[in-house]
Amino acid sequence: MRYAMAIDTKKCVGCSDCVVACQTENNVPHGYCRDWIVENVVGSYPNVEIELRSERCNHCDNSPCVRCCPTGASHIVEGGIVKVTHSECIGCGACIQSCPYDARYSHPDGYVDKCTFCDHRLALGQDPACVEVCPTSCLYFGDLEDPNSEVAKALKNRNWKVLAPEAGTKPQLYFLT
Amino acid sequence: MKEELFVSGRNIPYIDPYLNIWHWEIPVYLFLGGLAAGIMFFAGYFTIMRKEKEMQATVKYAPFLVPVALVLGLIALFLDLKHQLYFWRLYTTIRLESPMSWGAWTLMLITPLSMVWVASYTREVFSRWDWKFKILYQLEELIIKNRKSLAWAMMFLAVILGVYTGILLSAFNARPLWNTSILGPLFLVSGLSTGLATIIWMSKSKYERKVLSRLDLMLIGVELFLIIHLFMGFLAASEVQIEAAQLFLGGEFTVVFWVFVIILGLIFPAIMEILELRGFHIPIWIPSLLILIGGFVFRYVMVEAGQITRYLY
Repeated sequence: MRYAMAIDTKKCVGCSDCVVACQTENNVPHGYCRDWIVENVVGSYPNVEIELRSERCNHCDNSPCVRCCPTGASHIVEGGIVKVTHSECIGCGACIQSCPYDARYSHPDGYVDKCTFCDHRLALGQDPACVEVCPTSCLYFGDLEDPNSEVAKALKNRNWKVLAPEAGTKPQLYFLT
Repeated sequence: MKEELFVSGRNIPYIDPYLNIWHWEIPVYLFLGGLAAGIMFFAGYFTIMRKEKEMQATVKYAPFLVPVALVLGLIALFLDLKHQLYFWRLYTTIRLESPMSWGAWTLMLITPLSMVWVASYTREVFSRWDWKFKILYQLEELIIKNRKSLAWAMMFLAVILGVYTGILLSAFNARPLWNTSILGPLFLVSGLSTGLATIIWMSKSKYERKVLSRLDLMLIGVELFLIIHLFMGFLAASEVQIEAAQLFLGGEFTVVFWVFVIILGLIFPAIMEILELRGFHIPIWIPSLLILIGGFVFRYVMVEAGQITRYLY
């Protein structure tokens, strides 16, 4: 089992619905977010292109945040999901420094917090909140090792890229281009 | 081609627009840790070389600063934690992959060790000191008898502590400025040099100062060599590391780095130490203080600048 997400940059309109859904679903404190929208503008008018990306933790296969954690609070669970045990986190900030995607933040209560792929919803057989609400259905989620999953099918027929592959983290967010 | 990035819906404290989760506490700790490692290393070395008589400040007096520096460093580290009540979690596990876990355990060993070392010299330094209990006198005797083994342990742990202050940063491949294996040796050498500067400042013996000044000159040479290699490595690496080096080669940290670290912190004190060795009379505290300031500024700048360097956004 290897959970992954594909984001269709041609379908995303940057509405931030995924951001709000996540904040509501996971009780993210005001002013913080676990997912966000990047608008990447290349060129200048009239030769201009824009790419919209809904980004979040990449749940990397080679996750530097898990390696550098001095207490083992950052760990990997079934399906490759990277999680933080709040009661083991000392708030040292090492994992925040180690993340090339800046996907982690220091929760006002002290511990480090991040996207969990909504594993509490996965346990009920539901999709993550961001996937569920996307009005253009541009987010595909599922098990990469299952050829019939939404994400595997999306990756099969399209060109895709990952962010900062040179950082060596083997990220598991795939951006369809 | 012009490229612009907007990250909407994100203005997270300490993360946006630039990562700044580590503040003054970390460089203070790195500085004090390096300083303590330097003093302990040379206290151990000159004990093993049977130079206790000639090198009194190194072996006897300067180590009194070590427990103070380490405890202050640990307080700084503790202040940096955001989930402080859970700090004890560091000591319920050993994570070999995490430099911070290594560091926490090293500190757990080296802090008491430095206190034991200091205790064995307390009655020599403060002649009116009384341990009050007989068992403490017996303990003191036992320690004094085993000083040489303690010296070996101190040297070994001091090297780990000194290297660790650099490896703590170099293990983060997400921060291109830190992500170079030369940082470990560089921080070790710089720490040893700040340790020597402190001992030289405290020493009243001409012979001791001469021996230590020569050692310090050698360390400054090695440090300059490592810094040149640091930048050569960056400029020959990937784009993110070239950009990281530019912060010091024309970017916003250029002046503070080259003026306070290289010129005032290394080259100028080295010239003064050479003049002193040649027989000119120079107040010894000037090069020592400059080396200490340079060592601190170096760590401060590396921590600040490193957090700005990144792969994305």
